[in-house]
Amino acid sequence: MALDPIQLELLRQVADLHEVPQGAYSLRINGALHGKNSSENITIEKKNDKPGIDIYIKAGTKKESVHIPVLLSQSGLSELVYNDFHIGEGADVTIVAGCGIHNGGSEKSEHSGIHAFYLAKDAKVKYIEKHYGSGDGSGERIMNPTTEVYLSEGAYMEMETAQIKGVDSTDRITKAELAAHATLVIHEKLMTHGKQFAKTTFEVALNGEGSGTHVVSRAVAKDDSRQVFLSKIHGNNRCSGHTECDAILMDNAVISAIPEISASHVDAALIHEAAIGKIAGEQLMKLMTLGLTEQEAEEQIINGFLK
Amino acid sequence: MLEFQNVSFAAGDAEILRNVSFSVDERFVAITGPNGSGKSTIAKLIAGIYTPTSGRILLDGVDITELSITERARMGVSFAFQQPVRFKGLTVKDLISLAAGTENGKKISAAAACAYLSEVGLCAREYIDREVNASLSGGELKRIEIAMTMARGSKLTVFDEPEAGIDLWSFNNLIDVFRKMYEKTKGSIIIISHQERILDIADKIIVVSGGEIAAIGEKSEILPELLKGSGGCRFTAPRKEEA
Repeated sequence: MALDPIQLELLRQVADLHEVPQGAYSLRINGALHGKNSSENITIEKKNDKPGIDIYIKAGTKKESVHIPVLLSQSGLSELVYNDFHIGEGADVTIVAGCGIHNGGSEKSEHSGIHAFYLAKDAKVKYIEKHYGSGDGSGERIMNPTTEVYLSEGAYMEMETAQIKGVDSTDRITKAELAAHATLVIHEKLMTHGKQFAKTTFEVALNGEGSGTHVVSRAVAKDDSRQVFLSKIHGNNRCSGHTECDAILMDNAVISAIPEISASHVDAALIHEAAIGKIAGEQLMKLMTLGLTEQEAEEQIINGFLK
Repeated sequence: MLEFQNVSFAAGDAEILRNVSFSVDERFVAITGPNGSGKSTIAKLIAGIYTPTSGRILLDGVDITELSITERARMGVSFAFQQPVRFKGLTVKDLISLAAGTENGKKISAAAACAYLSEVGLCAREYIDREVNASLSGGELKRIEIAMTMARGSKLTVFDEPEAGIDLWSFNNLIDVFRKMYEKTKGSIIIISHQERILDIADKIIVVSGGEIAAIGEKSEILPELLKGSGGCRFTAPRKEEA
């Protein structure tokens, strides 16, 4: 079954794809699996006991990618999906997930995904997740993603998450446990406008010797929107951890940044940074001296900040 | 041509400039004077960051006194800040291409942007994709700021103390950059500076002291007097008696 134009646009927004992807993929539309494809090294299986899929990536798989977009274009749909990723030893892969909701109706549309990543020794994953909402309907677009990350010795995961437009309410939870010499890097970009609400919670346990994490969030809150950023890092061994939240506040928006670091090992080195402020007047002024209007300058600054 | 006609500026109760009049038609004009004399205020009045309390500012005969920063920029006024601004996320290429604007709806090419960086002595390949953030040094930022004004190619460019905050090595290079700009400019350059070697490039020097013009003249006339040292109070404006 071909995708309709709204679905294609959602797919483009969340996965940069112009058609059903090649290679290993799973495409979920309006609460049902639309199609999936396994490749030689990547197996995708539908779960039998609950909605969702299991993704198995063979040890040593290099330079391959998996796309698992979720699209909701039917108003009033609520779903909860479980996706588990099992990454074999020494594999090096890119996983692109994302959820696009188009709600043209008056009922709320909601997608909650629980993603669990199990990385074997020395496995490497780049995980990209985008959230996008569209539609003129009065129905809310809600996304509540939970991500669980389990990194074995020497494993490396980089997670990029972005929610730039159109999601009315989100409660994102990311939890991770790291074994020796494992590394987790998280970059979050978030923009809220209108009356949107977004809450992000990161909780990283650095359990293994030499493990490390960077949790970096950049956020812009406009209009009457609200954001809460919680980041907790626990240093339970010789490790290094860094969490940073940098936020631009505009109009009547409200942002709370609550970083927390706790250490139970004398060689745990943990840092937290958080800053909230409006766009610096001198930045606007500089761009205006280049011939931009104040509004154009503001757009450039925000686009750059969230790039 | 830029003209200040009896421009005064006050911030609250503090009078910063009093009846300042001068015109700039030369290729390269330096404005100098002691700290706190009002030099940077003149630069900000030209760019439109400040609006005069009284008096008029004309650009090519057009009264720009009440025009905004954006309107003046579009008329051909460029302003290089004393403290270049850092931007999280915007790259050197982003800023140079914003500075260059669009021609027939097209943005400046990467090669053209790189050429401006090379002109200010930066290795274009290393810098073009760098973010203009805290990872750049003061000297690097200054050069990028200058490359941006070159990319704009406007008829009037104002530099507010380009030497501030940079090391001697970078300063020597900066002098070369300004010498080159002097050769190439199709308009006028105004530099606010304390540096003899920058004043030495100027066709005309304006000395500001205590919020007033203390002297205006050719370099050959002004520079020797300035260099006589602290005792040379010839250009010190008479202080008004306290009321």
